[in-house]
Amino acid sequence: MTEPQLSIRQLSKRFKTGDGVSDITLDVQPGEMVTLLGPSGCGKTTVLRSIGGFLEPDSGDILIRGQSVLKLPPEKRPTAMVFQSYNLWPHMTVYDNLAFGLHIRKHKKAHIQRAVTDALELVQLAPAARKYPSELSGGQQQRVALARALLLEPDVLLLDEPFSALDAKLRMEMREELRDIQMRTGMTMVFVTHDQEEALSISDRIVVMHAGQIEQLSTPQDIYDRPSSLFVASFIGRINLLPAVSDGTRIRLQSLELEPQPGQALLPGACTIAVRPEDVYLTDEQHSLAGTIRQVMVLGHYAEVSVVCDEQIIKMFVPREQAVHLLNGQAIRIGLRKFTAFPEQTAGITVSHTAASQAAATV
Amino acid sequence: MGWYVRSLGARKVMEFVVLVVFVIFFLGPLLNLLLLAVSGKWQYPAALPQSWSLEWWQFVLTQDDVLESISLSFLIAAVVTICSIIVCIPAAYAFARIAFPFSRWFLFSFLLTHAFPKMGLYVSIAVLFYKFGLMNTFVGIVLIHMVNTLMYMTWIPSSAFRSVHRAQEESARDAGAGPLRVFWKITLPMAFPGIMVASIFTFLASLDEAQGTLLVSIPDFKTMPIIMYSIIADYPSTTGAVFSVILTLPTIILLLAARRFVSADVLAGGFQVK
Repeated sequence: MTEPQLSIRQLSKRFKTGDGVSDITLDVQPGEMVTLLGPSGCGKTTVLRSIGGFLEPDSGDILIRGQSVLKLPPEKRPTAMVFQSYNLWPHMTVYDNLAFGLHIRKHKKAHIQRAVTDALELVQLAPAARKYPSELSGGQQQRVALARALLLEPDVLLLDEPFSALDAKLRMEMREELRDIQMRTGMTMVFVTHDQEEALSISDRIVVMHAGQIEQLSTPQDIYDRPSSLFVASFIGRINLLPAVSDGTRIRLQSLELEPQPGQALLPGACTIAVRPEDVYLTDEQHSLAGTIRQVMVLGHYAEVSVVCDEQIIKMFVPREQAVHLLNGQAIRIGLRKFTAFPEQTAGITVSHTAASQAAATV
Repeated sequence: MGWYVRSLGARKVMEFVVLVVFVIFFLGPLLNLLLLAVSGKWQYPAALPQSWSLEWWQFVLTQDDVLESISLSFLIAAVVTICSIIVCIPAAYAFARIAFPFSRWFLFSFLLTHAFPKMGLYVSIAVLFYKFGLMNTFVGIVLIHMVNTLMYMTWIPSSAFRSVHRAQEESARDAGAGPLRVFWKITLPMAFPGIMVASIFTFLASLDEAQGTLLVSIPDFKTMPIIMYSIIADYPSTTGAVFSVILTLPTIILLLAARRFVSADVLAGGFQVK
């Protein structure tokens, strides 16, 4: 394994309010895009700002290419940051905004001109060089901010919810563009977002954070398929959380006896079963749950069906053609293709049972 | 004509009448002043002067102490503005950026000099000035003017600094600029309109200051407003009008020059105690 581009070791930072992070350890490989994902207040921005040098951690260390940067002020760190908003300096033209950092590094004028032009072309804004930031749209401003950060040729590029102020369509475009730029430049990036869809779509690896700690660190696929905790399960993607009982070897969900998934050991007692809507299917088998359809919503190429089974609402996705034959109030049987079971109280998880079932009701 | 008024509707007509009343209310006295300044003889109840003349202009502009007072006033105003900037801009920055206990109360306390009856304040300051030998000195006048300008010069730039978003400063740090360079290249230029407006107010307030100056400058320093007091007392009202026009001129010129910066927003922002 090569030396990590960025290495965070036992980072802790607590604010007076009690918020903050503790014991964060994370290695980011060269050319990797790692996303810090979590609800607001989970500490993801604290980690990012500590890397950028805008916060001084209480303890721990941050290394970039093997060198500790903890003692360096932001201007001396080999990082560049794209902020959520207020990125650009309104009294300078786009060109001057981009050239600012290069002037400070005392680059030759011809070199600056070439580099700025290239960077503007990379973000497809070459004609805007002479404009002022206020003359650009929000998306264009954010692209200029990205170009400015890229021009600094940082060892690690930090992005603090850069697209959250943009509308949904633009956000998708920017995601693609960012991923494209990352592929082309091979730049190491750390991306912060509270949008799980954004995290799933652009990351090589995702760090799910909750209450100042890392809940799970893995690839998007793995986090989606094998959430390590109830929190991750309910935060990433859509999921049904159903109360069940385990006797240590088998799980009882309403009338259904289930075998735990391979590799899962459960202590006897109450537990919660997490199952994704796409893993619920219509069936004729006897080994299934009986329920009635409460609602069918067509969402493009698939439909979301709410099924009431023993007073529990279970959501399922069915192909659109199949949904045509489903009616409200119709009695059906459903099976679970795969699921994850969590003991009632997983250490370190604060999702209470009521919160979990509320989450299930809202998915 | 009748159909036109009717087509407009009563509401529009009322709005027009109100507008005209306002214009007369605000601009009437100024117009009167201008007419008076160029009149030779104007006796009630004539609507316009009976004769026109510039003789009082000639009189005012040939008085030696008048010309001296104009240059003295401008010199004082310039020095007051520069000193206020030096003293107040760092203070304004501190109020905007550094959280220290009771900062809001300190900022609010600058209003106190405007809350007391001025004369009472000036008399107590004068007692101090006697002790330190500042009576009848240039420094004394500058100091008493600064008492009045502290508030503008701290409040307005402070709000201007506050409107510079922290992320804008941080992204400059990120781009490799040290704290000083960030202040010069990013924060100061972005707060410049607010500082400009405050400086203009300071300059104009100093040009216009009479009460405090009267108390501490006698007998050697005669600024424009002081001269005006004595001229109004000793000569016909036309002289006063001529002088008023001369006093108004720099105000108008300055405001026109800076109209790019002067906006209700900048002012309103300055007078919000946050």
